[in-house]
Amino acid sequence: MEPQAIFETLKGKFGDAVTELQSEGFRPAFVVVSPERLAEIALYLRDDPSMRFDSLMCLSGVDYKDRFAVAYHLYSMTHRHAVGLKVFLPRENPSVASVDPVWPAANLMEREAFDLFGIVFEGSKDLRRILLPEDWEGHPLRKDYKYPEFYHGIKV
Amino acid sequence: MSHDPAQGSAALPHAPAAPVGPEAHVMVGNADLFVNWARKSSLWYLLFATACCGIELMQAGASRYDLDRFGAVFRATPRQADLMIVAGTITHKMAERLKRLYDQMPEPKYVISMGSCANTGGPFYKDSYCVVKGVDLLIPVDVYIPGCPPRPEALIDGIMQLQKIIMKKKNFAANKA
Repeated sequence: MEPQAIFETLKGKFGDAVTELQSEGFRPAFVVVSPERLAEIALYLRDDPSMRFDSLMCLSGVDYKDRFAVAYHLYSMTHRHAVGLKVFLPRENPSVASVDPVWPAANLMEREAFDLFGIVFEGSKDLRRILLPEDWEGHPLRKDYKYPEFYHGIKV
Repeated sequence: MSHDPAQGSAALPHAPAAPVGPEAHVMVGNADLFVNWARKSSLWYLLFATACCGIELMQAGASRYDLDRFGAVFRATPRQADLMIVAGTITHKMAERLKRLYDQMPEPKYVISMGSCANTGGPFYKDSYCVVKGVDLLIPVDVYIPGCPPRPEALIDGIMQLQKIIMKKKNFAANKA
């Protein structure tokens, strides 16, 4: 199934929760959905017989300066088709439902996005920092991140 | 009779039994020379690698370059190691572990900083929030080896430089003055 057809199917099923299709410059195209209904849409994409997106290839955080985004790259081993999902989150307290129960592979990637962007994934079974030390302050891949001068007495 | 212990003194297997009494073979040298020679000839290094320099370290240890020739063999525990070869990038998260490993090594201990990352932070020197800008911020370093990564020859040269440093050490109070 092509991303355009997937977008239209999702639009028919979830209505306003599916806002746009970003096909210019993206391969595969991204379907932008609202963060409130992400978990529902993810479960549908995994379980519907015509979709069967059984593989979460990549989950990334993005900082657009005025807002954050989380991008999900999905692939179906059954139908050999791919699509992207994207949710936009506010700059203040960015938070979205975890897709950990849908694709267990999400856990490590969600921890990475949490560690480096401070995006909170609600309902994640284990949301801890993964790359940086536990007591690190701030989230370094944010555009407005200020470097600390010292960490445990070592110059950064 | 004076004898340089660095030249080795193993008797030939078919040699006659050593004479006893005034004709016995005697080695005379200063104690520093003997201690330093022993230390430089058994530089057991810690099996510790954090990045691509570790691959070159493995090459240097394997049969083609054969670090065993210098008495340098790897040890998997810091408690048996004399030398720490810091081979690779050290992050702030790793820094505490590195310091702990160094503290667990018995004295006398030596450190070789191998490659640009361990020397200065290398390609991560500018604009990195997580990499320590040189391992000498954490522990004292005896020899720095430049390169990204250095070839095994460079590492072997570093170890020979360290052996030269060890041979100049003064271990006894009378010599320290």
